[in-house]
Amino acid sequence: MPAMPCPIHRNPITAVESPAVGVTIEGLSKNFGSLQALKNVSFAVEPGEIFVLMGPSGSGKSVLLKHIVGLETASNGRVLIDGHDAAAEGTLEHVRIALVFQAGALFNSLSVYDNLALYPREHRLGTESEIREKVVRALQILSLETTANKFPSELSGGMKKRVAIARALVMEPQLMLYDEPTSELDPVMSATISEIIATLKDEYHVTTIVVSHDRELALGIADRIGILMGGELVFLGPPSELKESKDSRIADFFHPKIDLKNPRFKTLET
Amino acid sequence: MKQLTNILEGFGSAVQLLVQSCRYAGTLPRQRARFIEQCYLIGYTTLPIVAILCFFMGSVLALQAGYSMENFGAKQFIGSLVGLSFARELGPVIVAILLAGRVGSAITAELASMKVYQEVDALVTMNIPPARMLVLPRLAAVLVMMPVLAIIGNLIGWFGGAVVSKYVQSIAIEPEAYFAALRRYMKFKDVGTGLMKAEIFGFVVVLICCSIGLSTRGGPREIGASVTRAVVASLISILVLDYFVTKALM
Repeated sequence: MPAMPCPIHRNPITAVESPAVGVTIEGLSKNFGSLQALKNVSFAVEPGEIFVLMGPSGSGKSVLLKHIVGLETASNGRVLIDGHDAAAEGTLEHVRIALVFQAGALFNSLSVYDNLALYPREHRLGTESEIREKVVRALQILSLETTANKFPSELSGGMKKRVAIARALVMEPQLMLYDEPTSELDPVMSATISEIIATLKDEYHVTTIVVSHDRELALGIADRIGILMGGELVFLGPPSELKESKDSRIADFFHPKIDLKNPRFKTLET
Repeated sequence: MKQLTNILEGFGSAVQLLVQSCRYAGTLPRQRARFIEQCYLIGYTTLPIVAILCFFMGSVLALQAGYSMENFGAKQFIGSLVGLSFARELGPVIVAILLAGRVGSAITAELASMKVYQEVDALVTMNIPPARMLVLPRLAAVLVMMPVLAIIGNLIGWFGGAVVSKYVQSIAIEPEAYFAALRRYMKFKDVGTGLMKAEIFGFVVVLICCSIGLSTRGGPREIGASVTRAVVASLISILVLDYFVTKALM
């Protein structure tokens, strides 16, 4: 694939412009005891691109995401973000990375407002009134103005996901990572989240990596898709190539065959 | 062998957490609100239970002492016995045990659930070290509140002993005589030793509970297991340390 021109990343909150960052994964392997979760995975995510990583459960997608954000250390290989090793101490001071966790990982003891204000407060990114402006702007982008004083326990699943995205936006990230952003959501909310991810990319050129099972989401927003199976990268390319792929493993992943003559189904019938 | 490895691993991670927290000591003034909140939780909310327990411990001590010392005609020394026992040993140990059961378990449960529900991971990805935000304010708060709790515990324990000494007919010692005996044989150093012990026990309890909470892995069931482990480890540490600290301060 020809290298994409480096787009200018525009901060969604402050509108400050800076070069978008890229991610390079070089020969990444991870072992948990005898289990090999990742096997020599290599690919690059271009600056400003939306890259969707798919694969069946247990294929190593979330483990890979944790390596990118430095929550796991590789058995072999490395992850470079804008040239900085993700596992090295201090990388998060050079590159602002925001991870939207599958369950939101909101701080339950803090209100929505305080969840969003935590990062700028802890890093002293402005006065309280400046932080307030950033938080209000992020809440507006995600249409969450009415939830500012609520606690995470008072929110629906979809709202929690949007608050998690808003919290990520307040970090003014150069790289956004999403772990199963549409899981456990109804189709309408899934479409809304997909739209939000695409808008952030189109308007602000935030480099985005999405880990998802959701085929609609992947085909709808991805610039490129990677498919992991058993810890190996079995496909890497744009959605159009994926649709034409003749690889039986990929066909099985998208259209799993259910054998209705399987004795287990017989047991259910009786 | 595996248990020994686990103990050493736990000790190592607690020391590591302590070193990490000390690195951020300079950020404490910025965390004033969190520090005050922890002082409230560790000090104020523990006070009623400390008061009740210390009153009855003092009462029982006076009752037992009265029963035993009557045989030697030494009832007039009950005040000294209760006073010294509380100041040097019972006060700090009881307060530390209550801290482990009430505050330590709550700390472990909170941090373990934050770990299990990925809130701690979220902090790490936000470049906010958990040692700075979650551990340091608690360690600082326990250092401030433990001597306060120990002094109040001592005073209430002594008072409990005085009440029993006056109103139990077989003892019947007036408070003036009780407190005179208490003052006569007790030095300021005795109270100081007790406060030093309380400080050490409290610090170790909070460090153990934070460390076990933050090293929780797995699902919600592990939260309960971590709380049990933290309370047991705290109680054992208090009693083991008690011997060595007492020996060192003699």
